[in-house]
Amino acid sequence: MQITISAGKGGTGKTTVATNLALALAGEYDVQFFDCDVEEPDSEIFLRPELDNEEPVNLKVPEVNDETCTYCGQCGDACEFNAIATFGENTLVYPELCHGCGLCSLVCPVDAITEVDNKIGKLRSGRAGNLEYHDGNLTIGEPMATPIISRLKKKIDPDGVSILDSPPGTACPVIESLHGSDFALLVTEPTLFGLHDLKLSVDVVKELEIPLGVVINRDGIGDDRVERYCDSEGIPILMRIPDDRDIAVYYSKGVPFIEKMDGWKERFLELFEEIEGQAEYQKRQKLIET
Amino acid sequence: MKIAITSLGEELSSGVDGRFGRCDYFVIVDPESLDYEAISNGSKNAVGGAGVEAAQTVAGSGVSAVITGNVGPNAYRALSSAGVDIYTGASGTVQDAIDDFNDDNLSLTQSSTTRGGRGKRRR
Amino acid sequence: MNSEDPKQLLVISGKGGTGKTTIVASFAALADGEVLSDCDVDAADLHLILHPEVKTREEFSGGKVAVKDDNLCTDCGICREHCRYDAIDENFEIDSFSCEGCGVCEYVCPEDAITMEPVLSGYSIESSTEYGNMAHGELVAGEETSGKLVTDIKQKAGKIAEDTGKELIIIDGSPGIGCPVIASLSNVDLALIVTEPTLSGLSDLRRVTGLLDHFEIQGNIVINKYDLNLEVTGKIEELAEEDGLTLLGKIPYDSVVTEAMVHEKSVVEYSSSPVAREIESIWKKVKRALKDVS
Repeated sequence: MQITISAGKGGTGKTTVATNLALALAGEYDVQFFDCDVEEPDSEIFLRPELDNEEPVNLKVPEVNDETCTYCGQCGDACEFNAIATFGENTLVYPELCHGCGLCSLVCPVDAITEVDNKIGKLRSGRAGNLEYHDGNLTIGEPMATPIISRLKKKIDPDGVSILDSPPGTACPVIESLHGSDFALLVTEPTLFGLHDLKLSVDVVKELEIPLGVVINRDGIGDDRVERYCDSEGIPILMRIPDDRDIAVYYSKGVPFIEKMDGWKERFLELFEEIEGQAEYQKRQKLIET
Repeated sequence: MKIAITSLGEELSSGVDGRFGRCDYFVIVDPESLDYEAISNGSKNAVGGAGVEAAQTVAGSGVSAVITGNVGPNAYRALSSAGVDIYTGASGTVQDAIDDFNDDNLSLTQSSTTRGGRGKRRR
Repeated sequence: MNSEDPKQLLVISGKGGTGKTTIVASFAALADGEVLSDCDVDAADLHLILHPEVKTREEFSGGKVAVKDDNLCTDCGICREHCRYDAIDENFEIDSFSCEGCGVCEYVCPEDAITMEPVLSGYSIESSTEYGNMAHGELVAGEETSGKLVTDIKQKAGKIAEDTGKELIIIDGSPGIGCPVIASLSNVDLALIVTEPTLSGLSDLRRVTGLLDHFEIQGNIVINKYDLNLEVTGKIEELAEEDGLTLLGKIPYDSVVTEAMVHEKSVVEYSSSPVAREIESIWKKVKRALKDVS
């Protein structure tokens, strides 16, 4: 069971839901936690894992052998990303533009291009109590988060429960995180911004044909527009977390609130049961429709 | 001898476009005879690496110098490798830029003048 | 270009949800008439407060995607061997979500069954608002190349400023440190980081400060909801001091911010609360700081 926690905008409580859910489940199931928000991996603050492994994430970038290169320019013509180009008697490589596809070395008629590793980030793993913890980190100044997420996701054990904390938004890194999930849990706030960004997430999740549900965080602020939207779209609201200053303060200190507030562990366990039920139900509905 | 000027339009009276990689046009001109042609910049909408692609266009047109507003690190590296001189800080019309070039009022650029879209800082 | 270029003020946050758009909307109201630009294309929310009237809406095509002609495909599987993005499945179907648009499959296909076709990735929009003209965008759900859309929006904003003789562009940036943020940083004169006193906020602040440092951009900082955790606020102040960031203000935690949002108004127009007064004071300091950058 792969559950991805996502949100249209940042700061809605994605990491709060992901970490508390994972901790609630940790004693009951084999749980792996993946922080896929590789631009801002923050779940570590709440889970405090003991890290025991770190590995680099490399992208293959071309290296040109000046002795064999004939400066024909075919590599530059082929590259979709302008990451390699020939000028006079120089073939230049721009690693930060390179997507590592390998096309330049395929097209080179004289085999002057070899591919070398360029580190764009790293993966880390360890344990946090009963949880198996994994995260990815994008090196500052590197633009491409997606390859790190795809490498991170190779560590998912399909037989256990995996909880993925996705980046916010709807762009490539979010798609990469959601891809292949059994359920998407979307966290939102009951406000104008919350609703607007929730709709964008819902569009993406529906396009990917992943069963979904909503958690309303800071319930009580704003108004009922998120609820009305979910009702009209038939999207289940699976949990409400009240707007509570205590929760906000625990968050600010990096403390998962289920450890401090009575009854919440049980509620997160119920949330998981609901997710299992909804995942099954929505999948069946889709089969009936098609 | 030919030079290229980044331009907002296709005429000598058009304004200089301060951007290199994503300028609208390149006006390729002989600064003495003022014979010119304008080429539309196909790299304007490149996903990434517009500066590199534009440098290829310009270098391929056989110019020996480029006059523009700013040049990013990627394009700078490309143009220097191609042996094209780079003059930055130009403003006004294309004709103004040609006059400044002919009167030696422009200074040769020794490094990139912007950080560029995704260019890395050179340490 | 030259000294007459409009100045660019970028408001960023590292972490989402810290109140960045709330502050930009207030700045828009206070600046009255400057050019606005929403580069948070993933969660473009500024328009919800500023109610822009759309003038032009252009289709925006970013990258390409591989498209296969099933009549020509012989299921030889060579494309699948070469694709590094796992975008071709065991039945040799192309998953356009995973496709990077690199063109390797097109090149290796012996039957010429694959072509690279441009995809619609979003819209870049020019609008007018009560507070001035605005350039913004819309990403087609799940599409890539948000960095390129940001670049496009920033150019639009630049053109608007030139055409209307405005001196300042106020940019709402996106969270994170990746591609769209890097695109939004180019040629910025002043960056204002909006952070909050939580350990996550602090950790993200460190990363975004590192990014500004990497691109050699002067950073200023605002602590939103500072009274939520005074201890972490203290740590942020220390970090700002160490990293040479100028602290421009501390905004208290107040439900008036959400109330203003419910009424679809900027905080400074909705109330004259302490929050509004602090944002006004920050705006004055921003203007002064912008004068100092040449």
